Amino acid sequence: MDALLRRFRPEQLRELILLLVIVGMVVFFATQIDQYLAARPVNRITTGLAITAVVAVGQVLVVLTRNIDLSVGSSVGLVAYVVGTLLTRWTEMPPLVAVGLSVGIGVLLGAINGLLVAYGRVPSIIATLGTLALYRVVLVEFSGAKTVTTADLPDWLNDIPSANVASFEGYDLRVMVAVALVAVIIGQLMLRYLSFGRRLYAIGSNPDAARVSGLPARRDVFLAFTLCGALAGLAGFMFLVRFGNITVTAAQGLELQVVAAVVVGGVAIAGGSGSMVGAFMGVLLIEILQQSLLRWAEISEFVKDAILGLLILLAVATDTVVLGRLRERWVRIRRRDQEERLAAAPGEAADVR
Amino acid sequence: MSADIRRRLIGWEGLLLVFLVVVLGFNMATNPRYLEIGNQVNLFTLGIEKSIVILVMAFVIMTGEIDLSVASMMGLAAAVVAALFEQGVPMEIAVLVALAVGLGFGLINGFFVAIVGIPSLAVTLAGYIGFRGLARLLVEDRSVGSFPDWFTALGQDGLLGPITGPMLLYLVMAILAVTIMHFTGFGRSTIVIGNSVSVARFSGVRVARVKIAIFAASGLIAALAGVLIAARLGAVRASTADGFELDIITVVLLGGVSIFGGSGTMIGVLLSSILVLNLRNGLVIAGITGNTQTGIIGLLLILSVLVPNLVGAGRERFRRRAADRAAPPPGTSGEGVSVRPSGG
Repeated sequence: MDALLRRFRPEQLRELILLLVIVGMVVFFATQIDQYLAARPVNRITTGLAITAVVAVGQVLVVLTRNIDLSVGSSVGLVAYVVGTLLTRWTEMPPLVAVGLSVGIGVLLGAINGLLVAYGRVPSIIATLGTLALYRVVLVEFSGAKTVTTADLPDWLNDIPSANVASFEGYDLRVMVAVALVAVIIGQLMLRYLSFGRRLYAIGSNPDAARVSGLPARRDVFLAFTLCGALAGLAGFMFLVRFGNITVTAAQGLELQVVAAVVVGGVAIAGGSGSMVGAFMGVLLIEILQQSLLRWAEISEFVKDAILGLLILLAVATDTVVLGRLRERWVRIRRRDQEERLAAAPGEAADVR
Repeated sequence: MSADIRRRLIGWEGLLLVFLVVVLGFNMATNPRYLEIGNQVNLFTLGIEKSIVILVMAFVIMTGEIDLSVASMMGLAAAVVAALFEQGVPMEIAVLVALAVGLGFGLINGFFVAIVGIPSLAVTLAGYIGFRGLARLLVEDRSVGSFPDWFTALGQDGLLGPITGPMLLYLVMAILAVTIMHFTGFGRSTIVIGNSVSVARFSGVRVARVKIAIFAASGLIAALAGVLIAARLGAVRASTADGFELDIITVVLLGGVSIFGGSGTMIGVLLSSILVLNLRNGLVIAGITGNTQTGIIGLLLILSVLVPNLVGAGRERFRRRAADRAAPPPGTSGEGVSVRPSGG
């Protein structure tokens, strides 16, 4: 244990464990389900998690600042519906314009959340619980209870879901999955190397300290919400592409799926700790588990949510209890190692102190 | 205490009262028979389960926590009753089991929040998803009904004239809630915890015990409300009470309870409870349907926090400016001691 803790930080150890759990789960289901690792089901699962992953990237930015965005499901639905409707009316709309429009609407919706939370000082759970309802109502009013159908959408759009970036013996890397991976990677790099990313951690671990030490906390929280909206907009476009048929209830409940994934992936709901890679593994774990349980004949479709709830509780409880202990131990080991080093080379002690 | 109540009456509670009068006036104008007892009873019957849960949610939020799982708990309790009834279990026992399930899961929520120390948002989010999942497991996609007559009568028939049993229960519970919150040690402990957990701990409040008790009560009362909604509707689906938590939390916050805990009154919560019921009814009269109503409630929720914030910030700025003007410019103040404005 100590040797492991010398090599990895507790947070990294946590991600390692998550990875092992995912691998273990896949191995287990592979022994239970015929053809589990065949190209077709694997492709279906990877395509299925793309949308959740993109929204999760945005959600991580917000949750890191000790906030939450519950409106993402409604945002995704609204964007999918509005852009879908526009595309049925103006079929010659260039693809780039359609994507840009989706992201644009998302930015607008996210900025409203950001304004309320960062500048209106409305607690994020209240603000986004409110906009969760509001954005959905805008969608209902806008739609007049009509639906967007695949038949009315332009062909290029309907071709996207099956489009590949690369393919290996039937295992495809679909465009949508590639987009999700790019989002995760850019997000991770941003958190790690941009000062904006580092500031999000600072704000989340202690908002007062961040403000007092002169960080532009309000602007950063606003930006986090706006980016989250932008990604929800992109996910809205992906939702339209994937499903084609969009009703007024599109993407309802997606926010819970995403928050669940983020929390299971080790992003602390109280802010200040977590990573994109962790959140992505959370998405993987939940999506694979749900899809596999559905195919595993012995378990009915209705167990899905019960298990998801249990999973969240389990993940958060382990986080609080086990990770807390590990962190204490990690600090102790590092301090001891440092003291040993100092004792071995007394000459340097003065410099270090 | 009474000075505090008087101050709040001309503050937030007063505003709610004015708003309520406006809504009532509007509804009276469109329908002269609006205030008749029959209509008001009908109105209350439609929202009685939410009203009951609102009472206990006020305690949860007062401690600075939140319980997102209440609506799913209502659904689960209704599903437990339905599933057991289907299996031929006597209704009385089914109801008791449902209440026990509520109490049990409430205790579990409380344990994870107060003892393990997980944020209540995460714990009850798990409950929100998990309890609904269990409800779905129990009744799947069926609609379970044809309960015994006495059970449906419990939810639908008048007990005292047109006033139903649940409504009488609500009245008793409302009086109890006001009493406990403002006139007992438990209520004071609740409010102190919301203000500052460490202050509460240093003053000898058993923080964990109070929180567990409140979450357990939340589970139990949500289950009770679930049983009542099963009785009133006479049929149970897995989606029973879906989305109610938004309404319940909105009413509590609209009643002036701070989301960070420690401030607010039960009277405000009762007022906003009545206000939202009448507002929804007014919207129905005005021809605005369910989904849009929810949006308007959502907007109200945001405004109920945003407006006081903005007013507070504006007042603060005004006071600071006034203080700047009142303070003499530095250097002119007699002995060379610069006088700083004390606003803020």
